[in-house]
Amino acid sequence: MNESHHDDHWLARPATIKLLWRVFAAVLVLLVLAQAVIYVKGYFGVDGWFGFAAAYGFLSCLAMVLFAKALGYVLKRDEDYYDDGNSDA
Amino acid sequence: MLELIPPAIFMIVAALLIGPARGHLRSAIVLAAPLITLWFVWQVPNGIAYDLPFLDYRIQPLEGSEVRRLFATIFALMAFVGGLYSFRQARAYELAAGYAYAAGAIGVSFAGDLVSLFVYWEFMALFSTVVVWCGGTPEARRAGIRYAIMHLLGGVILMVGIEGVAVDTGSIDIRPMLNNSVGTWMMLSGILINAAAPPVSAWLADAYPTSSPTGSVFLSAFTTKTAILTLILLYPGEPVLVGIGLFMVMYGIIYALLENDIRRILAYSIVNQVGFMVCAVGIGTQMALNGAAAHAFAHIIYKALLFMSAGVVIYRTGFNRCTDVGGLFRTMPLTAICGIVGALAISGFPLTSGFTTKTMISQAAADESLVTVYMLLAAASAGVFLHAGIKFPWFVFFQRDSGLRPKDAPWNMAAAMVIFSVLCILLGVAPDLLYRFLPYPVEYDAYTPGKVLFYLQLLMFSGLAFFLLLPLMKRTETISLDFDWLWRVALFRVASGTFAVAAAVGGAVTAAAGSVLARLRVVATRYLGTSGDDTRPGVLARTWPIGVTALWIALLLTAYVLIYYF
Repeated sequence: MNESHHDDHWLARPATIKLLWRVFAAVLVLLVLAQAVIYVKGYFGVDGWFGFAAAYGFLSCLAMVLFAKALGYVLKRDEDYYDDGNSDA
Repeated sequence: MLELIPPAIFMIVAALLIGPARGHLRSAIVLAAPLITLWFVWQVPNGIAYDLPFLDYRIQPLEGSEVRRLFATIFALMAFVGGLYSFRQARAYELAAGYAYAAGAIGVSFAGDLVSLFVYWEFMALFSTVVVWCGGTPEARRAGIRYAIMHLLGGVILMVGIEGVAVDTGSIDIRPMLNNSVGTWMMLSGILINAAAPPVSAWLADAYPTSSPTGSVFLSAFTTKTAILTLILLYPGEPVLVGIGLFMVMYGIIYALLENDIRRILAYSIVNQVGFMVCAVGIGTQMALNGAAAHAFAHIIYKALLFMSAGVVIYRTGFNRCTDVGGLFRTMPLTAICGIVGALAISGFPLTSGFTTKTMISQAAADESLVTVYMLLAAASAGVFLHAGIKFPWFVFFQRDSGLRPKDAPWNMAAAMVIFSVLCILLGVAPDLLYRFLPYPVEYDAYTPGKVLFYLQLLMFSGLAFFLLLPLMKRTETISLDFDWLWRVALFRVASGTFAVAAAVGGAVTAAAGSVLARLRVVATRYLGTSGDDTRPGVLARTWPIGVTALWIALLLTAYVLIYYF
């Protein structure tokens, strides 16, 4: 996906990827702004706040990724861990 | 008369015929049998069709109801599309095992009593093990044995529970139960083992990814979803299920995030999705049970679609791991598009079947004012998009250019994927098609503007999180330990340790016994031996003169008389 890939698939060209990022950013902004027009019913109060779902989605993903990363240090093993003769398999 | 035939029979007959049949006849059987079964599924009347005497009980192999027909329908449909997907690529015995497995699932759906349920349950366990073994690799063989042990153990626990319930209540009817005795707890545990509930969730991600690319499509559909149906029938509103479901939801996400194997990512996300359903059964309201049934229906379709998409990649490239593939969209556009549709559906994107079904479960939580459950399910919805919705298509079809240029799917695999892709979108655009077959009347509108906006924000910003956190999610060539470490390693070490201790003790005893024997031998030789270092025989082995012998006898007799008198 560098300069030499101009003959690559149009989706993989840097220009396209840049454009996709811009479209993505615009969609994100619009989705939050749309809440000024569209009423989001909050069942528990807090979930009706402006941009709540956006922040909650982002932050919960951040938390899950960080938690998984931390857990990974404890749980990750080589792929042949179970083949090393320290287990049944 | 026709409505009295158990639909599972046709799948069993097909499974028996697939082996001997050849060529077009085999293809015809594979494609026709599920459709015939589907027709008969819809002939099953509500209520118990008939009962047969068995020991002291009445067996009811066929009982219809809305929710039972709904599950049997999707199982038959799954068998058809799965058959279409695999009939040109899979070996005959794999197809036969897959169809027998589907027959077990359809049998469970219509089982009217606990004994029939158990028989079909074990039928599924047996033939799903065969499907795992059809993976053909040493890993598949070993994982299949672990899978079989887990499911046979689950079967025994279920059977003990059924016997407990039969003794306690004198009835083997399938009806909602209060979970208040050892029997009902055992039954619940047996069912939850099949639902991949903690602490035994690991069997799923251990076994499914070792099967063949076609086998995993069948495996993804039946075992966990029959467990959900059974929970709906037996334990609606059981509070412990809410917690178990939420644990499964989070477990699936975290482990999928750590995983590198393509199909293991999908396997973990089965646990995640089944967690939504288990949680819904635990909530137990009409809305929640509708949600569980609808979500199971939609889930089978999009999860099979994802496994099909992954299956084509593995079939064409031979690679199982994210680190080996990437950039495949160039030459596999159809597989990529179908995979993306499946990924959007599993994430519950608006206009897909995941949105119209999963949000029913969240709605049920909101209606019951279960704020923690609602919030965790919302976080999990975002997490699903993270671990399956973007991660799966991104790492397989985009990411970097791996240089691989495999051909796209063969026509039958492509047809199967297109059918399920269309269904994913159809049930998202026109949810009433599914809602009218749910067990309770549906008063739910998924497409209120506020709800759509809420979920779009949630999902798109978790997408943003994915791309911003990509450096943290670099794939590594690792596996992650799970509870199964306890029996695969710890128990193994305890067992080997026990054997080693036993061997050491045994060795010590043998050595001690040997040295005692050797000493006895020396003593025996000294006194009884006829030869030794010196040629004189031992003292008791010598020839003595008569006089000495007579003297000894006289002494002995004297001693005897003395002892006798005192």
